Amino acid sequence: MTVGLNHYLILSALLFAIGFFGVLLRKNTLVIYMCLELMLVASTVALVAFSRFNNTMAGHVFVFFILTVAAAEVAVGLAIIVALFRRRQTIDVGELNALKN
Amino acid sequence: MSSDFFFYLFAVFTLAAAGAVVGLKNTVASAFALLLCLVGVSALFVLLDAFLLAALLVFVYAGAVVALFLFIIMLLDAQGGDRKPFKKTAYVSGGIAFALLLVGVLSFWKSGAQTTGELGAIVPVGATLKNYGEQLFTTYLLPVQIVGFLLLIAMLGVIVLSKKFEGLEDIK
Repeated sequence: MTVGLNHYLILSALLFAIGFFGVLLRKNTLVIYMCLELMLVASTVALVAFSRFNNTMAGHVFVFFILTVAAAEVAVGLAIIVALFRRRQTIDVGELNALKN
Repeated sequence: MSSDFFFYLFAVFTLAAAGAVVGLKNTVASAFALLLCLVGVSALFVLLDAFLLAALLVFVYAGAVVALFLFIIMLLDAQGGDRKPFKKTAYVSGGIAFALLLVGVLSFWKSGAQTTGELGAIVPVGATLKNYGEQLFTTYLLPVQIVGFLLLIAMLGVIVLSKKFEGLEDIK
């Protein structure tokens, strides 16, 4: 069976699922953040595959913007984690329960 | 076909690295697994004729983002190694979620809504640098401006966040 669009989409779905499980299961904030990045990358795989098989540029340009936004997001998110660590001395989400109750 | 072989090779490589990001106990090891995963994805981009995006992914993600992650891990000294084993409920809910996902993907596969030819049959539109330039500075000029502004705001946000605030009451 030759590789077609379906193969890329299923790969993308699996990659997204792994990232999603990582967000749900892990307790370390940094690892959760890495899994968020994984989900973003999975969506870019689907976009590039759609773009390639439909012979258009739109998906490529959209991935371009996703990369930019992801870079900004990582910078801000890690700054928040550092600020959080300074105040609470922990990055375990099990102990970050300021909004509980 | 050789491109099929490379697709499966890099697909397995990428998925294994992604699994390692979630499964490894050490945070530094997770960051390096993320690096490997991104290299695999960029190889898949090359298979899809998106050469510029493949290069950009390695530069931006593997270069900047993973380096930033490693830097923060070292700064916080949070390499851990004490990940608690997943709870039983986590395994059960993970299994249910995976089964649901599998059903979704299989139904997609069976219905075959997307029937396209193989990759070699479709002529690439030519995702060259010239095409990117034309698109970015004509059709997508406004998004480019907005993204530039977003980067500026993100920079300001990071500066504000990393400032030390005195006299704020502690969040309990």
